Amino acid sequence: MNGNDSRRDRQEASGAATGGDLSGRLQRLGAKLEARRPAPPPSPAQRASSSDPSGLARAFRASSEFIAGVIVGGGLGWAFDKGLGTSPWGLIVFLLLGFAAGVYNVLRSAGLPAPTARVGDVAKPD
Amino acid sequence: MAAPTSKLDPIHQFELLPIIPQIGLTQSSLYMLAAVGLISLAAWAAMRSSSLVPGRLQSVVEMSYEFIANTVRQSAGDEGMRFFPLVFSLFTFVLVLNLLGMVPYGFTVTSHIIITFALAMIVMTTVVVYGFMRHGTHFLGLFVPSGVPGYIMPLVVLIEVISFLSRPISLSVRLFANMLAGHIALKIFAGFVASLLAAGFVGILSPLPLALAVALTALEFLVAFLQAYVFTILTCIYLNDAIHPGH
Repeated sequence: MNGNDSRRDRQEASGAATGGDLSGRLQRLGAKLEARRPAPPPSPAQRASSSDPSGLARAFRASSEFIAGVIVGGGLGWAFDKGLGTSPWGLIVFLLLGFAAGVYNVLRSAGLPAPTARVGDVAKPD
Repeated sequence: MAAPTSKLDPIHQFELLPIIPQIGLTQSSLYMLAAVGLISLAAWAAMRSSSLVPGRLQSVVEMSYEFIANTVRQSAGDEGMRFFPLVFSLFTFVLVLNLLGMVPYGFTVTSHIIITFALAMIVMTTVVVYGFMRHGTHFLGLFVPSGVPGYIMPLVVLIEVISFLSRPISLSVRLFANMLAGHIALKIFAGFVASLLAAGFVGILSPLPLALAVALTALEFLVAFLQAYVFTILTCIYLNDAIHPGH
């Protein structure tokens, strides 16, 4: 927001000096900025993995993703049992599902193409 | 001899102290207000005399804008830029709160899970509300990956739902746990210095925990930046799901 404002201000300042159509200049500036921007990485999975800053951050991310999956699975199972009185089966089943979801989270956070490379569309790269 | 136990207690620093109990103002709320004030003041002061060749403060503010704008564009695409105000506010808020916590005698607001959970819920509410507003029931396609054989579909959908529900937890727990653990470790090692000095001859060992405390302080500054950044990048990735729900 602030950067935008400052850019506009500068634009106005220089526009006042040389004269000229403000919106046209803004558009040209926008196009120039667009051209100078590096091309975005192709797939979201690659984006996710390339945008992580360091190994430490990735490690923290992976561990918390896994733990959160198990916690949510356990919590859901507990609530399920509490509501329906199916103790202990809800907890067992949902804890296992939570474990699976945790592993899935970690795979996804590591940028592996887990959700895209599936049975049936092996030939499709992404 | 030794300092009062409350001074050496590593948890003591996280206690909420009411400042104006009538309106529930604690030092935590005061720090949050201070953070908002600092950010606004810095942005205002930097842009008051916006010059073509930026000064120091203006440079910092412009760089943070560019940094977050690039992050949003990379993870959520150009369409994600409509969430730029939200993401930028979250990043600066978390970063300034983390750094305020590094000031000696300061209070780390982000070491309370309710704060980080509220921030995470702001993100997830935005994702869900915007996803349904934009895509209607198609947003539920987020839970149904394509190309999965029908007989394991219920299982996969269930796992996807749990995985989605775990996002606010992992988002908030990561930030909270990092700040909490870091500040406890810092306090413990700093406390060792005081205890060793008070213990007489063994005090000769006290430079060891002191060196560790200094090293941990540097690490904590790194973690303060890193966690603010990780929070931001994950916000962008989740927002990307709201914009493009299909896998």
